Amino acid sequence: MNKHISPRLNRRAFVIGTAAVGAGLAIGLDLPFGGPAVVRAADGSPEIGAWVVVRPDDTVVIRIARSEMGQGSLTGLAQLVAEELECDWTKVTTEYPTPGQSVARKRVWGDFSTGGSRGIRSSQDYVRKGGATARVMLIQAAADAWKVPASECRAANSVITHTPSGRTTTYGKVAEAAAKLTPPADVKLKDPKDWKLIGKGVNRLDTADKTTGAMIYGVDVKLPGMLNAAIKDCPVFGGKLKSFDEAKIANMKGVKKVVKVGDTAVAVVADTWWHAKTALEALPIVWDEGDNAKVSSESIAKWLAEGLDNAQPAYVGNKNGDAKAAIAGAAKKVEAVYSYPYQNHATMEPMNATALYTADKCEVWCGTQNGEAAFAAVLEASGLPAEKCDVHKVMPGGGFGRRGQTDYVRQAVMIAKQMAGTPIKLLWSREEDMAHGRYHPITQCKMTGAFDANNNLIALHYRLSGQSILFSLRPEALQNGMDPAAFQGVAQSGEAAFGYSVPNLLVEHAMRNPHVPPGFWRGVNVNHNAIYMECFMDELAHAAGQDPLEFRRKLMGNHPKHLAVLNAVAEKIGWNTPAPQGVYRGIAQVMGYGSYVAGAAEISVTEGSKIKVHRIVASTDPGYVVNPAQVERQVAGSFVYGLSALFYGGCTVKDGKIEQTNFDTYNSMRINEMPKVETVMVPSGGFWGGVGEPTIGIAAPAVLNAYFAATGKRIRHVPLRDQNITLA
Amino acid sequence: MANLTINGKPFTLDVEPDTPLLWAIRENAGLTGTKYGCGIAQCGACTVHLDGVAMRSCGISVSEAEGKQITTIEGLASGKTLHKVQEAWIAQDVPQCGYCQSGMIMAVAALLNEKPKPTDADIDEAITNICRCGTFQQVREAIHTIASA
Repeated sequence: MNKHISPRLNRRAFVIGTAAVGAGLAIGLDLPFGGPAVVRAADGSPEIGAWVVVRPDDTVVIRIARSEMGQGSLTGLAQLVAEELECDWTKVTTEYPTPGQSVARKRVWGDFSTGGSRGIRSSQDYVRKGGATARVMLIQAAADAWKVPASECRAANSVITHTPSGRTTTYGKVAEAAAKLTPPADVKLKDPKDWKLIGKGVNRLDTADKTTGAMIYGVDVKLPGMLNAAIKDCPVFGGKLKSFDEAKIANMKGVKKVVKVGDTAVAVVADTWWHAKTALEALPIVWDEGDNAKVSSESIAKWLAEGLDNAQPAYVGNKNGDAKAAIAGAAKKVEAVYSYPYQNHATMEPMNATALYTADKCEVWCGTQNGEAAFAAVLEASGLPAEKCDVHKVMPGGGFGRRGQTDYVRQAVMIAKQMAGTPIKLLWSREEDMAHGRYHPITQCKMTGAFDANNNLIALHYRLSGQSILFSLRPEALQNGMDPAAFQGVAQSGEAAFGYSVPNLLVEHAMRNPHVPPGFWRGVNVNHNAIYMECFMDELAHAAGQDPLEFRRKLMGNHPKHLAVLNAVAEKIGWNTPAPQGVYRGIAQVMGYGSYVAGAAEISVTEGSKIKVHRIVASTDPGYVVNPAQVERQVAGSFVYGLSALFYGGCTVKDGKIEQTNFDTYNSMRINEMPKVETVMVPSGGFWGGVGEPTIGIAAPAVLNAYFAATGKRIRHVPLRDQNITLA
Repeated sequence: MANLTINGKPFTLDVEPDTPLLWAIRENAGLTGTKYGCGIAQCGACTVHLDGVAMRSCGISVSEAEGKQITTIEGLASGKTLHKVQEAWIAQDVPQCGYCQSGMIMAVAALLNEKPKPTDADIDEAITNICRCGTFQQVREAIHTIASA
């Protein structure tokens, strides 16, 4: 195991602590004479508030509640704490508290959920305060020892200096005394202009082990006496397991047990996973597939297309003026229908979890984007109370939204419960992972734009038809049945607001929920909304005979931040200078997750169908940039993910099942297809936006608009694979 | 039973001859740095060296690997001295989630062994591993940094 895994508790202190507070799990509490209790980490070092542990050698351990999954938040969050703490960055290390510890301490570390590009922006305030609180306590402890006012002392680089006398001490030396102090009720955070570490592209804290094979992912967890499980869930969503003939595989090598997992799945448990998988493939299974077996991509497309008809009911997400009337009386109209398919997250590491169940305890080791949701799943599946359960987060091999769900955690516990006392590592095959995703929702969109006699856009009707993620995963978040998240990027206001002023606007969603389970897929509803809106904006510009950039600018006077990133990207790509011979440009902008982003691409097209992306530029205004090196990587990575989905992605349905089974049928971009991504960061300050997701939405429309510029042909459906358009 | 030489050490493993080398390495030899991604030799997460050549270990049986020098990510460094690819990966912060990087690093190490100063075209041809985080830009830059050192 490595240093990023949950803190081990100081057992002795733990026992005392439990007795002292009279409640279940607590990180150890000392019983000092006078003053508050000192909470200790596993090695006995004191906590200076919940976020910071200081060791005698001046090592600072920063607690991270959100999950690292490659996006760099672990490092960024540590930078936020360290900025206020004024500690020596070279001596910073991190650890995850467990969800069980958090629950026992009244959620002192706040939300564990890591999705929606929230890792930094939703925790920045309280983690910075955690760092500032610890700094104040450490300085106070030094001042007390010197019998001087704290106001005469300052801290930098883990060294505290009494300014008038020049005396110094270090954090490690005063940590014990600091831990006994009452934390200040309120602390003042630094003015952003005084930041030294925030805004610096420091290297990640978790890289070394990823280069030597030492990093432990869920799939690598080893426990004494552990067995391995392979699983098959009914390939038709909503279907059930009817029967299986375990006698047929009972004698196969290594097989220990065949177990039913809920009503829908069967698992083979064996000494090795290879034996478990081999036996599972030989296991005769009968499914009760149910009515969903009649569903196909064609039947779903037909149902969604019906939702584009204005006579069908729809939720209104954004409206001003009277778009329908304005369109009816317009001098000129433009109409187009677009679509976006299901997509699998296809994390490099397939879903997996290791569970150990005994009569009085259930523990799980897994990669998860939401430790607390995984914890809740363990409670539910084990039937044990919170104080007898815990989840140990390990590094996930990618998340992209998939590991915010807990289906795989639940399954592992359900298997382990049938083999009490034996640790069970459940690993999905890639084929199982493809068959049981939580897919990017499927939608279609009909857009109608109308112009007056002077080619001014006077009306826009944006009618979505398709799946709601919240309907399936968070029905409590629906508003009178409407999914507000369906309007990400085209919403009236908020963190994903529409960036154009159109006098008559109607944005609506005819909700249609096929049986294929949707999920939060990096970028979520921004992905299709950005393609629909930005490609159609390009269509409108051409219909009006105007330059696509100038056409947008005229509509963006009331949206200066949207406009600023669009201008930044236009300047970077050189929009106002001619492109090289045979090279064509496309441009797009959107807002999502509190950040303003824009993209521009330069492509060439050969034989009408082979696209070479020569340059691709992104600009982003996330308010503040905590680590520019990581932001650059997130932007580039989001483009790989978004363009892979555009060219090669798309999951199709036949007989109620997903047809794609592995990377041979669900391909992903390789290095030879990826141009260098040029990222322009234009943080304007005063707000905190997300980074991991917003830019994914603008890669595809920038390329699609460039394709039109090159060929005069519109591509309105994803993926391009199905239209015989490939990357050159 | 299979007799394998992994990272210079002999292993006698209780596996059937058709067991994919990947699973013998991970489950029987206990070296988990080599990763499972697809099982059909598409993604490259399981890349190891067989007699110095980068191979996808999910598509090779242990019987085919017997008698060959197998190098995994755990055996790339010389003792405590990291391989130049590992050093460059750390210096340039290449990995994101890191899951594909064992295979990526093994593929790059084999390329540089064959072509110490690869062109972009050489990189495009030799490095076909999937990275869903999209680290390709840093991978390419790190290779060029090593080549120009």
